[in-house]
Amino acid sequence: MATSELAVDRIRCDGSGLCAELLPELIQLDDWGYPMIAGGPVPKHLLPDARRAVAACPVLALALQRSQQAPR
Amino acid sequence: MRAARLFSGPELGAGAESFRDHRRRLGPAPAGSRNLIATLETSGLRGRGGGAFPVATKWRAVAKRSRGTAVVLANGAEGEPLSWKDRVLMAVRPHLVLDGAFMAASTVGATQVLLYLGEEHRAAAAAMSRALAERPEPERNIARLVASPNRYVAGEESAAVHFVNAGVATPTTVPPRPYERGVDGRATLVQNVESLAQVALAGRFGDEWYRSTGIDGQGTVLLSLSGAVAAPGVMEVEAGTTVGEAVAEAGGSSEPPRAVLLGGYFGTWIDASQAWAMPLETSRLKALGLSLGTGVVSILPDRACGVCETARMMQYLAGESAAQCGPCFFGLRALADACTGIAEGRSGPAELQRLQRWSSQVRGRGACRHPDGAVGFLQSALQVFWHEFQHHRAHGIQRVA
Ligand SMILES: Cc1cc2nc3c(=O)[nH]c(=O)nc-3n(C[C@H](O)[C@H](O)[C@H](O)COP(=O)(O)O)c2cc1C
Ligand code: SF4
Ligand code: SF4
Repeated sequence: MATSELAVDRIRCDGSGLCAELLPELIQLDDWGYPMIAGGPVPKHLLPDARRAVAACPVLALALQRSQQAPR
Repeated sequence: MRAARLFSGPELGAGAESFRDHRRRLGPAPAGSRNLIATLETSGLRGRGGGAFPVATKWRAVAKRSRGTAVVLANGAEGEPLSWKDRVLMAVRPHLVLDGAFMAASTVGATQVLLYLGEEHRAAAAAMSRALAERPEPERNIARLVASPNRYVAGEESAAVHFVNAGVATPTTVPPRPYERGVDGRATLVQNVESLAQVALAGRFGDEWYRSTGIDGQGTVLLSLSGAVAAPGVMEVEAGTTVGEAVAEAGGSSEPPRAVLLGGYFGTWIDASQAWAMPLETSRLKALGLSLGTGVVSILPDRACGVCETARMMQYLAGESAAQCGPCFFGLRALADACTGIAEGRSGPAELQRLQRWSSQVRGRGACRHPDGAVGFLQSALQVFWHEFQHHRAHGIQRVA
């Protein structure tokens, strides 16, 4: 079954912290206000919140993507 | 043990070998081909720019996406402050690097070759530019030199591509990686210049020849030796030469050693007593959780202070963050300042907990591996100099490197 995981574009992210407010179960902020994301697939019951967090990111830095192994 | 493959031929002091002498000594370079990839595969050649990625695998990935329009970027940026091997290699054997680059181009189907090298590495740039002018016209027509800015991250592969595309030598978000979409959106092979020079020889003489020297048949490596050795400099050794043997080749220790920095600013401190017997070969070191990095072996003398040296290097790495990713920019700054606080005796052992906390927050959270390299380095410092970090305030700050 296809699963999804959260990925943040570190260059775009400006540390507004909105995502952590909307999805505290999976996203915490580090000491400088930047998101630390729990690795692995997003549990099904959290998918709606995850989508909300993605949509709320003001700089489009957060994405939900199909879990995959990078080719290298 | 010292070896002479890349550095065989005329005295290094004689400067760059001319194209004529190079061809007379080694014969013409073979054309690129699928067979060459197979040769590189069985030789086991790994990249010499720090990541030790298998060369054949990368060539195959680029060839697959090339459609005859790929780009080869020979990476001679060498931003690592303790490394000189790339610029020495380019200054004395420019045609080995060029052979490798053009063999790569014909193998992966590239129509452009970029020679990316440090703007301040003048001797290397002069030798490479003269060497290029000696090459046949079809090669000259597709190649040019690109002067890379004198910054640590400028040699990171996506930063190199970014610089060529947009004049900014900062890393970009990957994927897409350069081998997928690089210079002008084309599949781009980014390969360290020493890796390319090794290709020039392995491609001529074959995998059996390549594997006929070095531990586990891993050929030779270029080292940059510095610190407390009698004769610092660049040398070529058989893979698997121990740290102690390399130091002996460099005239021995100039004073009693305390620790060895292996791999450079992204590398690892190792207690001198343990380091001496370590084999300088990628897979052997990997089994010990270590990396040869760019071939840096730097000896910290016993009279110097590991804490002060670590703080100085962390300040450098923090200053070299490309300031694009929060955890890298703020995290490395915080880590470096905490180290300096300890080094200057302003803060005590309590600060060590913060170093641990911040290290774990920073690791893996940049667009490139700059923060990971810095944190890995710091962790090794905390291990090797644990006692000094604990008691630095007490035993004072007078011991300066
Ligand atoms: C911060 C940073 C700086 C780097 N600087 C260099 C460099 O100066 N030269 C180099 O060849 N590789 C450098 N690299 C590694 C390159 O990204 C890339 O892996 C390498 O050029 C590939 O060649 P190789 O496989 O032959 O080693 C750097 C990597 C990082 C993360
Ligand atoms: S909402 Fe977007 S910009 Fe803000 S912290 Fe999260 S990922 Fe970064
Ligand atoms: S991790 Fe650091 S050096 Fe790498 S791109 Fe981000 S800010 Fe720049």
